[in-house]
Amino acid sequence: MTEELFIPESALIKKRSDEVISVRNLYKSFGKNKVLIDFSASLYAGENVVVLGKSGSGKSVLIKCNIGLIRPDQGSIEVLGKRILELEQDELDKIRAKVGFLFQSNALYDSMTVRENLEFQLRRHRIKISQQEVDELVKNTLEDVGLVHTIDMMPVELSGGMRKRIALARTLILKPEIILYDEPTTGLDPITGKGIIELMLAIQNKYKSSSIIISHDMNCVRMVSDRVIMLIDGACYAEGTYEEIIKMNDPKIKEFFE
Amino acid sequence: MVLPAKTARFFQETGDVAKFTGRFFSQWFRPRYEVTEFFRQCFVIGYKSLPLIGLTGFIMGLVLTMQLRPSLVEYGVESQLPAMVGIAIVREIGPVIMALIFAGKIGSSIGAELGSMKVTEQIDAMEVSGTNPFKYLVVTRVFAATMMLPVLVLLGDAISLYGSYLGVNIRGITSFRLYWAQIFDNLAFSDVIPAFIKTFFFGFAVGIIGSYKGFHSSKGTEGVGRSANSAVVVSSILIFIIDLIAVQITDLLGFN
Repeated sequence: MTEELFIPESALIKKRSDEVISVRNLYKSFGKNKVLIDFSASLYAGENVVVLGKSGSGKSVLIKCNIGLIRPDQGSIEVLGKRILELEQDELDKIRAKVGFLFQSNALYDSMTVRENLEFQLRRHRIKISQQEVDELVKNTLEDVGLVHTIDMMPVELSGGMRKRIALARTLILKPEIILYDEPTTGLDPITGKGIIELMLAIQNKYKSSSIIISHDMNCVRMVSDRVIMLIDGACYAEGTYEEIIKMNDPKIKEFFE
Repeated sequence: MVLPAKTARFFQETGDVAKFTGRFFSQWFRPRYEVTEFFRQCFVIGYKSLPLIGLTGFIMGLVLTMQLRPSLVEYGVESQLPAMVGIAIVREIGPVIMALIFAGKIGSSIGAELGSMKVTEQIDAMEVSGTNPFKYLVVTRVFAATMMLPVLVLLGDAISLYGSYLGVNIRGITSFRLYWAQIFDNLAFSDVIPAFIKTFFFGFAVGIIGSYKGFHSSKGTEGVGRSANSAVVVSSILIFIIDLIAVQITDLLGFN
């Protein structure tokens, strides 16, 4: 293992102009449980970063901090050039319109149809477009995920894989610059999971978005990652490409892959 | 002095409910106003509860009349039956029983709905969608419950008195006109107004406790079930406590 791979990014003073998310010296505890300890990392335009770590290591907390769902105890987060911890609610909502979030449990609204789930996203962000344009946008987005025939169905009528695709469509309808995926293939069979991974790649190709992906699925990590961050003991323990990470001789990293 | 764990938890939760209620009032007047969702909740909470409130009210009036008759016959004041039932239903039994039924139906449904939205991250998803979930989910439901219970109680009281009319006529003959005349002759505004006002507080208690329990549901389906269950238990107890306070206040103000 080369030593450079262990240098956390916070130690590097350089700031690239294409940085879309910058997390610096983040701390977060829940009671006595310290989840994030001086975590720093960046996401650059057009890249897919996968965050790997054990269950309960704070991966989901990290991406929820990036969109203001969880407030860190200390540290700074810049998303698309804005320090989100200092923003007023209206400003934060404007940033959220540019950042999609795919929840682990899909989080589709049970009481709404697929169409209403997608429309809700547009209406709540006060996107001023006509009903005809809304209909067209909903249809086009559903076509992107291959589920236009489910438009008037309720979430409960859909399979796990279909729900994941609809949740992705709901994320995509605002054409986000950044997409945060929280375990996108968890709970899906390998074939459906592969379908979701291919869809994620196709989306990135079409929308030119940047992504942070939380996953335990090594197939997913191998296929989508441009860079992998190992979250161990609450900090960015190592980072590099998938191949670089799996070749590392560090006992903690080896333990994770074994 | 260290409080026992259960006592400490009780005070902790009471404080949390108070904070939650404060948050409701602080967000109530602030834009953006969720008018459409409020009216949707009025439909769900009010209109859809009417059949249950109506049926239980009707049976309550009928049974109460049949149970009271023998005692009144014994003292030779059978003719006072409509007046007695009318006052009992309007002043106390109607508001309290209907509020308890309302707590069972609406308190549990709000607790379970918000609880399941919480554990399936739908509340987080709403926040990401540029929506204030507290305003959209809690303020609308609590306000709708506060406004709808008084309407339901008024309608329920009327249906209950029709049930009582049927009860009066099972063992005797009293004309419809005479029955209502006897009720209204004995009812004063001091009977109706305090009973009506306390139903707003009952509705508020059901809404706020259901929402609090749902919003703070712990992870998993077990947590959702517990939220729904404790929403009913706590709001039912609160209804009796509010009733006790309301009676003391009306007594102090000379309404009794």
